[in-house]
Amino acid sequence: MITVDHLSKSYRGFTAVDDVSFTARPGRVTGFLGPNGAGKSTTMRVMVGLTPADSGHVEVLGRRYADLPNPGLEVGVLLDASAQHAGRTGREILTVAARTMGLPASRATEMLRRVSLSDSEADRRVRNYSLGMRQRLGIATALLGDPEVLILDEPANGLDPAGIRWMRDLLRDYADQGGTVLLSSHLLHEIEVIADDLVVIGNGRIVAQGTKQELLAAAGTVVASRDNGTLHAAFTDAGIAVTVSGSGALHVDAESGPVGELALAAGVPLTELRSADGAGLEEMFLRLTAESQRDTTTTSEGEAA
Amino acid sequence: MSTATATSATRGAPSAPVPARTRKAPAPIPMSRIVGVELRKMFDTRSGFWLMIGMGVSALLATAAVVLWAPDSSITYDSFGAAVGIPMTLLLPVMAILSVTSEWSQRSGLTTFTLVPRRGRVILAKVIVSIGVGVVSILAALAIGALGNLVGSSLAGVDTVWDISLSQMSTLLLANALNLMVGFMLGVLLRNSPGAIVAYVVYNFVLPPLSMLLASSQDWWDRASRWLDFNQAQAYLYDGDLTAAQWAHLGVSATLWIVLPLAVGLVMLRRSEVK
Repeated sequence: MITVDHLSKSYRGFTAVDDVSFTARPGRVTGFLGPNGAGKSTTMRVMVGLTPADSGHVEVLGRRYADLPNPGLEVGVLLDASAQHAGRTGREILTVAARTMGLPASRATEMLRRVSLSDSEADRRVRNYSLGMRQRLGIATALLGDPEVLILDEPANGLDPAGIRWMRDLLRDYADQGGTVLLSSHLLHEIEVIADDLVVIGNGRIVAQGTKQELLAAAGTVVASRDNGTLHAAFTDAGIAVTVSGSGALHVDAESGPVGELALAAGVPLTELRSADGAGLEEMFLRLTAESQRDTTTTSEGEAA
Repeated sequence: MSTATATSATRGAPSAPVPARTRKAPAPIPMSRIVGVELRKMFDTRSGFWLMIGMGVSALLATAAVVLWAPDSSITYDSFGAAVGIPMTLLLPVMAILSVTSEWSQRSGLTTFTLVPRRGRVILAKVIVSIGVGVVSILAALAIGALGNLVGSSLAGVDTVWDISLSQMSTLLLANALNLMVGFMLGVLLRNSPGAIVAYVVYNFVLPPLSMLLASSQDWWDRASRWLDFNQAQAYLYDGDLTAAQWAHLGVSATLWIVLPLAVGLVMLRRSEVK
């Protein structure tokens, strides 16, 4: 359980986090979504006490993070996989962390297996690690103490598709066993497949939050017919916003039920009727965070990297 | 849909009150464990390892130099003690500096201070470990010097002279510990490896001659420097048997050069952002 309450943080004339409040609940994966520089990392650093907040506060497991008696056993944190002493081996980094938490060194070996780092890789210095290997090591450090809460900043960065799949399953399992998972990403698709709840941030402010279903429903409906003109007029008359989407279909700002009824009333046979889902969510994401986007994008993909 | 809809939808979502914590909170991390971890971190990197090797090798070289080049009359334990001490005045403070600054320069502090959020505890552990390692290193260097004294005197065919008293040995240890703490203070204050090392070199090698130069021409500094020049006050310690006035000079200048800046550095360090 993580409770963020009216959190604000600014740097000389620039507000990085602006009155952010949300809750990450146990048993659920909460996706923290926003473009680069939206304030995700700053919020997460404030959560674990690495950055002091200007106002507001964060509670993890009912306490201030700094008041947790042994944080490693309670909260698993991965903020930046590259932030490790380059001269230590992967195994040594895990051993140092395990000892700090009061765990036996064998736990480090166990975690190396869990994140699929081989013995020879584990004995290499982190300087010689690829980004994907660093990311696996970071995830191993976060999981080391078998914590109740996971806070992961862009954990999929640098992982190959198989690695991303592996991590997704791991986090799903974690939440299913009652853990709280908060993970950030600037990629909607990545978060859409795993998150139960979404918190969308742009320019330091929360622009939308809710369960994935709620946000998907809010993303509207795609409808197509042989007579889109009549249909368009029918929706406009009913006071429902309609946009013409690329493939000759209409994107309607309503749920599929009322859309079908209106089409029937208008006497137009439909060829397609479905929830806008991902595509709609993406449009919404881009629109909501438009002010903070570096690139003004009107087509589908924002920053794919 | 609008932003407001999505937001209010969540807030209004029916959710049973969830307990913040489902397991019992673990026992707090004992200080002894943090000290143990910090000790391990001092030796588990190449720089730490080579710094230790460097201390041993330089003590051997200093001892060999005395054996080879000192006149027979100078083959005394005091000469060996002075020789092995010279590299330590640089190496020990560098070790102390790196133990602090590497958390920032290498960014390992992100993990360290996430696992132990009370940063003061980590810093205290580093002080304990640095001083402990410093004392052991000096004792080891003095042992190497003693060996050199035995070998040197028998090679030169002179009597073995043991002219360092126990009290002198303890003030010598104190002098090195204080030097190390100056380095530690700079590490805490600057949190940057090259910056702190340069600052220490300036403090230890550039300031003393400047102070002496100033004192020779300016009467007021000649009087004031006893209280303000920490290098000068430390020099008493190498000779041993300090007078009450010398202890007072040492105490005042140590407060000025170690206690105050360390306090300022700690306040800044605890408030700073770890990135």
